[in-house]
Amino acid sequence: MAILLDNRTRVVVQGITGAQGRFHTARMKEYGTKVVAGVTPGKAGETIEGVPVFDTVEEAAEATEATASIIFVPAPYAKDAMLEAFHSGLDPVVVITEGVPVHDTLAALRVAESKEIHVVGPNTPGLITSGQAKMGIMPNHIFRPGPVGMISRSGTLTYEVSADLTNNGIGQSTCIGIGGDPAVGLDYVTLLKMFYRDPDTQAVVLIGEIGGRAEENAAAYLKRYPKPIVAYIAGRTAPPGKKMGHAGAIVSGTGGADHKIAALEKVGVKIAKTPVEVAHLVKAALGA
Amino acid sequence: MKMYEYQGKELLARAGVPVPRGHLASTPAEAAQWTRELGGSGVLKAQVLSGGRGKAGLIRPVASPEEAERVAAELLPKCGRLLVEEKMVIEKELYLSITIDRDNRTPIILAGLEGGIEVEKSRRILKRPFDPLVGLQPFDSRAVAKWMKLPGEPGTQLGAILRSMYSLFSSMDAELVEINPLAIVEGRLVALDAKVTVDDNALFRHKELKPPEELLTPLERRARELGVNYVELEGDIGIVGNGAGLVMSTLDVVAHFGGKPANFCDLGGGTGADTTARAMELVLSNPKVKVLLVNIMAGITRCDEVARGMVSIRDTIRVPTVVRMIGTNEAEGRRVLEAASIAALSSMEEAAQRAVSLLPKGGA
Repeated sequence: MAILLDNRTRVVVQGITGAQGRFHTARMKEYGTKVVAGVTPGKAGETIEGVPVFDTVEEAAEATEATASIIFVPAPYAKDAMLEAFHSGLDPVVVITEGVPVHDTLAALRVAESKEIHVVGPNTPGLITSGQAKMGIMPNHIFRPGPVGMISRSGTLTYEVSADLTNNGIGQSTCIGIGGDPAVGLDYVTLLKMFYRDPDTQAVVLIGEIGGRAEENAAAYLKRYPKPIVAYIAGRTAPPGKKMGHAGAIVSGTGGADHKIAALEKVGVKIAKTPVEVAHLVKAALGA
Repeated sequence: MKMYEYQGKELLARAGVPVPRGHLASTPAEAAQWTRELGGSGVLKAQVLSGGRGKAGLIRPVASPEEAERVAAELLPKCGRLLVEEKMVIEKELYLSITIDRDNRTPIILAGLEGGIEVEKSRRILKRPFDPLVGLQPFDSRAVAKWMKLPGEPGTQLGAILRSMYSLFSSMDAELVEINPLAIVEGRLVALDAKVTVDDNALFRHKELKPPEELLTPLERRARELGVNYVELEGDIGIVGNGAGLVMSTLDVVAHFGGKPANFCDLGGGTGADTTARAMELVLSNPKVKVLLVNIMAGITRCDEVARGMVSIRDTIRVPTVVRMIGTNEAEGRRVLEAASIAALSSMEEAAQRAVSLLPKGGA
């Protein structure tokens, strides 16, 4: 069952005619995702990787009964693309685009909230439900179906830890990158609640990094959580005041890794000191 | 992108916020002349982006044009430009800012009853989020004014000031518009300092802005031109990888095994051979680098592209190098590296340990 996405989800790709949109449409289809439509204004009638292209999301959704959207459009147009997806009621909406102005994100997320639409990202690798479907850009071969849910602020670290879990014989239910921007849609707490209700998920891995209070907020929620949690926080050695690649990864008075680790440890979360330790701790937690 | 105080004040003044009379000076003579025009005394404020200027002696009152000239001669080599302002008799200092609340995903007003403070450390702070779609409303301002217990004229003024700050915040795509301190001078509110930070991701809408370079090292400047994320650090292990989280983690793992990273260098996703080569050259151009560690977990990036980039500069790599490479097109990437006699590891921990072990013994 997993969360948010399965092999029945019908996906629209916004920005399908761009290089990234086209490439990842093929990879998503290979993984088993039902990609039913693409949208690029002015390109209606084309077919990309066997997927029909429409001018508007509205037309695409109507013609193909699409239920969800993944967005690959360039940052200056991302807000418009998000609002267009929300207008047609698509849910979830996954925003891969990096570099979206934060004021645009705030406005779009507010609209999503009023319509109770789940937004993943922006600046995310997306999400994957192992063995079923992928709305994202992660490499297909590193995931196996299994009992571990994953929530991460970093793309490559998600791959790193997933590949390692898989190599250790531990599969994943759903893995979600929540995005590296200062303001993102779904957060740890909302996703932890979903994993709590998901019978396929028996343990959850949190991958965090410096900046903001998302990990501290997760810790506050995790005081009474029935499933084991393993966390890894990147950026212990990051200097203050410098953006470490992600727009949201900056220590500015607050947001340091040690504070986050202490908050999580206090509520019983097992902390991995290196990415490799995650698999060992998960194995121990599952009694495998 | 941080703006200088004088730029922030120009923007505030244009939006209708009272600021002290002031002029920019870049020579001691100019500083003396502006001080004379302000009535013979004033305050010289170094235009730098780092905080804590007061403690660092970069804000100095002067009592005569001659003193202004002397103090300016001392300060200008450290900053290049001074703001010469009229002296104010301060009755009370307050704090006011509009910024972004990451947790609630809304803009938020922060108001404080003390000025000149570090806002994170103050307990007497009002935090009032407002709706990003409808923007700041008059009732929000009234609530802030009431909480600040401002009597008379300043109370009325506060609403107008907040409105001006919000129009700046939204029209400039700001992450922060801060007045600290906001002072009461002769019964009226005046912005004694101004901090405006514009969202880097929105700079395409503000082509008129030129990012200041003072906070970047020369290498960081070159990295910005290349389009890679590079932060210079203190150590001697040069690091190149793909993905912000992975590279941050690489620094941590190197430190875990007793090494000191020389830099953070994130190639980003899907980087081609050429940019990879230029980024590696940039990391190696730091003379402190004694070992190079390349860590690639390819998703959107392709291992063969990274390998080709690396092989293209193979002859110029002057230090022992450790490569860890897995993911998309891994087999092809390894083949390219092997043809150039470069071995690639699969484990990040092993690679970090190897890099630390390759450091020259007994110091350089």
